[in-house]
Amino acid sequence: MTEQFEPTIIGFTCNWCSYRAADLAGTARMKYAPNVRLIRLMCSGRLDPTFVLRALSSGADGVMITGCHPGECHYIEQNYKALRRYLLLQRVLKGLGIEPERVKLVWASAAEGARFASETTAFVEEIRKLGPLNWGKPVAELENLQEGISKLEEVPA
Amino acid sequence: MTAKPKFAMYWAASCGGCEIAVLNTHEKILDVDANFEVVFWPVAMDAKYKDVEAMEDGSILLTLFNGGIRNDENEHIARLLRRKSKILVAFGSCACEGCIPGLANLSPVGEIVHTAFNTITTDNPHQIYPRTSFDVPEGELHIPKLLPILRPLDQVVDVDYYMPGCPPESHQIWAVVDLVIKVIRGEAELPPKGAVIGAGNSTVCDECPRARNVKAIKEFKRIQDIAPVDPTLCILEQGVPCNGPATRSGCDARCPQAGAQCIGCYGPAEGVMDYGARLMTAFASVIDATTPEEIDRILDGIPDPVGQVYRFNLAGSLLKAAKSAWIKEKV
Repeated sequence: MTEQFEPTIIGFTCNWCSYRAADLAGTARMKYAPNVRLIRLMCSGRLDPTFVLRALSSGADGVMITGCHPGECHYIEQNYKALRRYLLLQRVLKGLGIEPERVKLVWASAAEGARFASETTAFVEEIRKLGPLNWGKPVAELENLQEGISKLEEVPA
Repeated sequence: MTAKPKFAMYWAASCGGCEIAVLNTHEKILDVDANFEVVFWPVAMDAKYKDVEAMEDGSILLTLFNGGIRNDENEHIARLLRRKSKILVAFGSCACEGCIPGLANLSPVGEIVHTAFNTITTDNPHQIYPRTSFDVPEGELHIPKLLPILRPLDQVVDVDYYMPGCPPESHQIWAVVDLVIKVIRGEAELPPKGAVIGAGNSTVCDECPRARNVKAIKEFKRIQDIAPVDPTLCILEQGVPCNGPATRSGCDARCPQAGAQCIGCYGPAEGVMDYGARLMTAFASVIDATTPEEIDRILDGIPDPVGQVYRFNLAGSLLKAAKSAWIKEKV
């Protein structure tokens, strides 16, 4: 029997909406994939892209960013900042060869426990399909990357 | 005669600009000679690796190491100089964070060699590629082997101090050499290990004399596409992606003062873990749009996001390299 790949996912929630949504999902005994490790921020606007890069470079396979719906931010408009950072971050990740789908932005209000649960499960399945990220792990094996060059050397002179 | 403290300077994967910056200290370079015995400095004097190998461990007081670690020769000398030096300084952007050579971390090493030896701009009709070893009648010749990715100095050896800049400004170099001379004479104390020296603790924006207001960017542009550039207004405010908000001060905001955007050569400002992330935050904050479509349209104005936010810092960033450079290449 082959073991199924269980993605490690870091989730960032905002204190006012999406964390409450996760809480609601829990108290309502909704079932969703257990792969997400939630970290509560005061607001999605607190989400520094550093957090995402740190997670991905330290072994996470995906990162879920959640916040209040546009227009409903507790701090007026910080979730728009989160949206803009997210869109720019995705472009940078793509440039570095990381599937942009590994980072997902979800809006969930405090009443949307069900939405939080279903989005989480869907994201876990998506990451499962993409496979492990294993960022930076192969570097030790890369000592013989010279291989790439020696192959090229074999072109007849 | 009391022996003078020993000084060394080495270049690994770098352009030589750091050496020029040292020479740009003009007559002050003579003070280096007056206070130090230069034992190893390939660009300025003849010395052999075996001479350094023969030195006692810790016998060099100050080594300024510029350049990143791109091949096994760089790595060997980095380890050697670490052993032989009391104070090892990562000198310049390459040694601190990879700099422009670090952008090669976007491509697998085989592809880099291929581009260098077999593209339209290279006249190589016989498809000659470098080999790391070659037999000649006199014996076997070796050239250094390229490593998979370029690494800043501190990813290879322990570094005492960091001196950022591409290249470090000459007055900053002088201040650092002056400090070390004072320390030798017992007139000053060394900063704590791991400190960034020869630079400020704030951002380029902090040193920039241009006027700043609330920024609301509707379109990112290249600086050559705006005419005329307002000489007194914040460059970012004029819609040009300027890296000042994330970049360490120390250069006196040279580029913005000369009418060009900051490109970030002084590296991450104090307390910034990932330069690119900080810059993404800064750019995202000034975009004046709330719908994904509109935001995307504005972001299209930054055609090379990785090059924009990691021009000098890719090798020293959290992700260090593109995925294609990490994974084993299938040729």
